[in-house]
Amino acid sequence: MSDNMNLPSFPKEKFRFAQRTERLHDVKLETKPIGYFKDAWLRFRKNGSAVVAAVLILILLLFAILVPFISPYTVTFRDGYYKTVLPKNPLLAGSGFWDGAKVQRETQAGYDYFNSIGVESGRTVVKSVRDRTVDPNGIVYYSIDVDSYAKVGYIYVSLSADEYRALLDYQDETGIQIVYPLQESYRTNYVMGNMGANFWYKLADPRSTSTGQAALDENGNYVPNYMLSANPDQAGYNSLKLAGDTGGEDGNSWYVYAVKNQSGYKLRVDYMEYFKFKNGFEPVFLFGTNIYGQDIFTCLAAGARLSFLLAFAISFINFIIGAAYGAIEGYYGGTTDIIMERISDVLYSVPFIVVATLFQMHLSERAGVLGSLLFAFVMTGWVGMAARVRMQFYRFKRQEYVLAARTLGASDLRIITKHIFPNAIGTIITGSVLAIPGVIFSESMLSYLNIINLETTHLTSIGTMLANGQGYLNTFPHIILFPSLFISVLEISFNLFGNGLRDAFNPSLRGADE
Amino acid sequence: MGKYVIKRILLMFLTLFIIMTMCFILIKLLPLPAIREMGRDVNLILAKREQMGYNKPLLVQYFLFLKNIILYWDWGVGEQMYEALPVWDVLMMKLPYTVIVNLYSILIAIPLGLMFGIYAALRKNRWQDHAVSTLVVVFISVPSYVYALLVQYLFCYKLGWFPLTVESLENAAFFSGRMFRSMMPAIMSLGFGVVAGLTRYTRAELSEVLTSEFMLLARTKGLTKAQAISRHALRNAMVVILPMIIGEFIGILGGSLIIEKIFAIPGVGNLYVGSISVRDYNFFMALTVFYTFIGLASGIVIDISYGFIDPRIRMGAKK
Repeated sequence: MSDNMNLPSFPKEKFRFAQRTERLHDVKLETKPIGYFKDAWLRFRKNGSAVVAAVLILILLLFAILVPFISPYTVTFRDGYYKTVLPKNPLLAGSGFWDGAKVQRETQAGYDYFNSIGVESGRTVVKSVRDRTVDPNGIVYYSIDVDSYAKVGYIYVSLSADEYRALLDYQDETGIQIVYPLQESYRTNYVMGNMGANFWYKLADPRSTSTGQAALDENGNYVPNYMLSANPDQAGYNSLKLAGDTGGEDGNSWYVYAVKNQSGYKLRVDYMEYFKFKNGFEPVFLFGTNIYGQDIFTCLAAGARLSFLLAFAISFINFIIGAAYGAIEGYYGGTTDIIMERISDVLYSVPFIVVATLFQMHLSERAGVLGSLLFAFVMTGWVGMAARVRMQFYRFKRQEYVLAARTLGASDLRIITKHIFPNAIGTIITGSVLAIPGVIFSESMLSYLNIINLETTHLTSIGTMLANGQGYLNTFPHIILFPSLFISVLEISFNLFGNGLRDAFNPSLRGADE
Repeated sequence: MGKYVIKRILLMFLTLFIIMTMCFILIKLLPLPAIREMGRDVNLILAKREQMGYNKPLLVQYFLFLKNIILYWDWGVGEQMYEALPVWDVLMMKLPYTVIVNLYSILIAIPLGLMFGIYAALRKNRWQDHAVSTLVVVFISVPSYVYALLVQYLFCYKLGWFPLTVESLENAAFFSGRMFRSMMPAIMSLGFGVVAGLTRYTRAELSEVLTSEFMLLARTKGLTKAQAISRHALRNAMVVILPMIIGEFIGILGGSLIIEKIFAIPGVGNLYVGSISVRDYNFFMALTVFYTFIGLASGIVIDISYGFIDPRIRMGAKK
């Protein structure tokens, strides 16, 4: 104070205004403000496993959405001949991996059978002979790599006159041999069933009915057993003929390609080419087919779509109900809270499977299987969400800013929605995401146990696919492999993603169990 | 404490009663299953249903149902399956299978889970911890039926170590090695999830305790690391872990529906799924009550056991 007193006095004229025209402001912040979500995003980005999980989820989602557009098959598609064929990736043909082939152990008769299909059609059926052993009884065993697509070979078809004509026209146009000569045995019917269509060669034992070693000529070639006729154009067949079909030595022994019967024409066709003729695309099943001949790739996408839709819908509905219920419980507290808590306690204590079953029994006829499943999930699913929101409300409702808002005259609704609820949003989002894998798991479990049956002609679910494949686990593990791989990756990704979200929204909870 | 326990138990029975009532009404609202005509006297069945009171008003039926349970412990008889056998007897016949498979599995899984959890907590933020934690996420997330199918494919088909399904009692005594071997795939499949869950829990709890100040004090006063961990850290972590283990022990009564189905274990889960698919309402009702009871009871036992293990929590409960 005393220093001030001793200051030399400045005359008034020496003071000047620095400026009088501009208005002064604080310097504007150079950096962008970081909001709640931005903050969470910055943290989330650093969590490697969660980002990978998010990308995986995106891929699985795209898989579920896009496959119906790119796959030539539908869930309704069933092919009785190509059932349980193995997964085949056209890019890996002949690599010995994912190429639709499988090692089989066969006797001489079996080897002759598979080999003959390849010899007749010029397609490789036996890709390689891995091993040839002779057991003490003198029986020869082959270990051969058999193409599961090509081994279907030939089938008998009955066509109407129009279809027959169309097939022959297609054959003439493309120059691809589809129709192959009928065998002598066709008339006598000594081989029964469809697979008999593959026995185009003479057997060593003429009395044998369906299987047995082939009778080979001196050069080691198969001896054809085709039906012969003096008429080269039997049943009006005037299309492509096999190379060896030259009328025989007498010029009167032409192969018979078709026979006319009451309903139309009976032919023997190469199934792979016939499939192309019928469907317009090549038979390639990326994930193989199941026991009904459905494409697993397409079915899986359909099942995944169903699971995703169900899970997202349920998660959203539970979010709405749970948030409202929890907000009321937490905000009002007291008797309201106690009563509401009892109700949710009771609902929470009912085992989910009971709820699902009862809803199924009561509602499936009126609301459909899917509808009643949705109701069942909603019935008990929101309780967890409500508990979370309630906890957040208890945490925040006594804080000073809420009191301030109330003092300023804000209504209850405004305080709940504008002041407290935004604090709970992180927990709620995390909870909603973490509920999704649970729903998908429960849905697949219920359909696996056949408590709900989601399978219709154009709908399927992952659980149903697994249940259908379980009996073939030993022989055709691929039926189970792809759905279970899919659901495992899905569950792991959602859990990692959810944990990442939780850590990002609420760093203080890092590593804790939700 | 006693008052708190009694209050909780009463509340549990109230909840059970409400759920039972809801289920009973919902089940009775359903039409009775159609009578399969083959080789049966339709009139006899109709007469039997009349005698059982199926045509009486709902509330009267419920009263009869409760009366039979309270006075005679009679849960009805099987109608669509195990015909004319008392439901309770069949349940008791099936229960040992479920209990024994689950008991074996948690007896193996709990030590493993504790071990992995403690190991990961002690090696926190090193590669061992990351490896264990990653595996835990994988094993917790992958659905149990996927392991079950994997185990079945690998150990039963490819390696041929175990039979495909559980032996029947005619072939092997209940506690024989042969029975154990045939149950092994199911035990393994059930165990994965328990091990993973317990590992995660133990790791989280123990690593929290390890950073607390009394651990520092213990080391400061001269205890070795091993002493400090076993006497102070583990004991404090156990306050939370032990109730979870106790919960697992009660959960063994319930078992797993899907594992029982895959390995054809003739247990309660299979009975339940069976009762749903053939629509046997008496079995369904009894088993629903059974499962609900187990769920409620394990919740209570877990809560109460906190109090018994740690007196601090007991004090809190009184308020």
